[in-house]
Amino acid sequence: MQSKMKESDPILEVDNLSASTDNLEILKGVSLTVYPGEIHAIMGRNGCGKSTLSKIIAGHPSYNITNGVIKFLGENINSLEPEERSQSGIFLGFQYPIEIPGVSNLEFLRVSTNARRKFLNKEELDTFDFEELVKEKLEIVKMDQAFLSRSVNQGFSGGEKKRNEILQMALLEPKIAILDETDSGLDIDALRIVASGIKKISNAQTGIILITHYQRLLDEIKPNYVHVMSDGQIIKTGESDLALELEEKGYEWTDNFIKEN
Amino acid sequence: MVNENLVKNVVKEPYKYGFITDIETEKIEKGLNEDIIKLISQKKEEPKFLLDFRLKAFKKWQKMKEPDWAALGYKKIDYQDIIYYSAPKQKEKISSLDEVDPKLLETFDKLGIPLTEQKKLTNVAVDAVFDSVSIATTFREELAEHGVIFCSISEAVKNHADLIEKYLGTVVPASDNYFAALNSAVFSDGSFVYIPKGVTCPMDLSSYFRINSGDSGQFERTLIIAEESSSVSYLEGCTAPMFDTNTLHAAVVELIALDDASIKYSTVQNWYAGDEEGIGGIFNFVTKRGKCLGKRSKISWSQVETGSAITWKYPSCLLLGEESVGEFYSVALTNNLQQADTGTKMIHIGPKTKSTIVSKGISAGNSKNSYRGLVKIGTKATGSRNYSQCDSMLIGDQASANTFPYIKSQQPNSEIEHEASTCRISEDQLFYLQSRGIEFEEAVSMMVSGFCRDVFNQLPMEFAAEADKLLALKLEGSVG
Repeated sequence: MQSKMKESDPILEVDNLSASTDNLEILKGVSLTVYPGEIHAIMGRNGCGKSTLSKIIAGHPSYNITNGVIKFLGENINSLEPEERSQSGIFLGFQYPIEIPGVSNLEFLRVSTNARRKFLNKEELDTFDFEELVKEKLEIVKMDQAFLSRSVNQGFSGGEKKRNEILQMALLEPKIAILDETDSGLDIDALRIVASGIKKISNAQTGIILITHYQRLLDEIKPNYVHVMSDGQIIKTGESDLALELEEKGYEWTDNFIKEN
Repeated sequence: MVNENLVKNVVKEPYKYGFITDIETEKIEKGLNEDIIKLISQKKEEPKFLLDFRLKAFKKWQKMKEPDWAALGYKKIDYQDIIYYSAPKQKEKISSLDEVDPKLLETFDKLGIPLTEQKKLTNVAVDAVFDSVSIATTFREELAEHGVIFCSISEAVKNHADLIEKYLGTVVPASDNYFAALNSAVFSDGSFVYIPKGVTCPMDLSSYFRINSGDSGQFERTLIIAEESSSVSYLEGCTAPMFDTNTLHAAVVELIALDDASIKYSTVQNWYAGDEEGIGGIFNFVTKRGKCLGKRSKISWSQVETGSAITWKYPSCLLLGEESVGEFYSVALTNNLQQADTGTKMIHIGPKTKSTIVSKGISAGNSKNSYRGLVKIGTKATGSRNYSQCDSMLIGDQASANTFPYIKSQQPNSEIEHEASTCRISEDQLFYLQSRGIEFEEAVSMMVSGFCRDVFNQLPMEFAAEADKLLALKLEGSVG
């Protein structure tokens, strides 16, 4: 799959990545390459290491990389702080977005957006200019302005939290977005809104990794590649029909696979 | 001077107010006895009633014991090793600011409190207190046009002796506690405010307290009287140089609100807190109390306490007037080896009185931060209500937070509500903010200001921004 000739350089290269937390090995040699314009789906049982992979790419401090390299736009980012990764264009959409009491969503979004803009040598926005920008982006996820004056994710419903994540993605315009179970807990309407938001934000220059359990998100956003993870490894990679097969046969079907390589 | 005592390069975090003004001062000898008190009173050319007030307080103080109930640990204070009067040498009579020593004006300039006519803050009148004396008060004429008196308490003793005699010690009697008794005996200067009937003070009033000398204590005394249907907003700021010795600060603040009057008293306290090893810093033992004497009167305390090695402070309200209102909004932040035991007392005496307490304690480093509060509803306070909310935030795993709420109700027809919470800045919260491009330290200070938002909302605008910055500065390097 990854040996195909590509016209441009990859956005993200994860090469034989192993990682542990509290001396427990969670990733056992994961390799994954994402080129511009590609959508990858990662599927697998709970606890297989999908979320861990996404957190490690974003720089979560609880995990130690024991082997392997993560390259972003050709640079090794293993030792970059999470904020540096975000500023340079890596976005992680959280499975469980975190509540930050007392911090206004608007201010949070503004500081975050300005951190990225500063990196891109774009002018930082004051509150007024930012409000203009955010109004535009709210349209994409069909969110009400009232969300802006509330504390970050506090008291948001599951669906509202996920839409707030996509709003952040829209503001940060990342090079690569890793969306960790963005579809979980969404009803069908919310799922459509979120999916259409993701499609609007992504383009031929960006890469997307969708971590999901369900086919229904992949019906909305068709992936180029589907990877199945088990016990800290990618055990099978295929095209979008692999997800359909998986939906039909269940993860038990994959239990007998040995790691392809 | 005590330049050799200056702590050099010890503190990593910048305490930008740590400089010393090199100025000739008039100091009396160390120690405390009747003669010293007579000397202070004589230097200030005080009337006899005030000397008697001081001597009576001193007798009481001698019989009292230093309180030990607070959750604080500190080296015993040697009261005979303190200088009780220290003043910059100036001309006898100063008729205008031009005659104030330029070094003093420069000092306040550096503190961000310009006093001269050209530079003074335009919306706030300032009384600047340097060690034991008030050196200047701005906008006096403008305020006088509205009948507002704003001057140093020493001046008020000379020019408004009737008001001083009538009100001094009526809210915080000398016998109230050990530190109040000490202050009553030796207080040197402070601010006096009188708002006449029906007047809304046309601008915010502010006192800025500066301790410069390392071996003298500061014992200021503030008295604010708001007559019927008047209102005033008063701000107080404090800083001190960095010494490796501890300086005692024992102030008394008394507020009196008559019918329909309202007093808002805001403090940003940033006394030198000592270094990371806990060497030096101000011992801050303060008694602040307001008396809502009149019907529908209101006294609101808001404080941001970030400095001092030791803070012992309980701004309180005596709610006597029917339907009077008391409020206490507090942020107390401790870092390194700082210790704070702070809170409030809301004493409901009159019927239908209301009080609100919102306290936010933040402890970082190895510090200790306690909320201590009393809500008392007396037998006549029918239909009274209190709401208290005490939240603590811990940063790191070495800091401690305590909450000691005392509730005494003698009136069944009243409501008391108390909420308390403790939280820690979690790694997940930090990671979430960082993963959105927000730097680690900014993420921490964002969460801390978020935590304090309910209180910051109560502060006057210019103070709120300053408080926010101050907290961020104080927390630098405390997490990790």
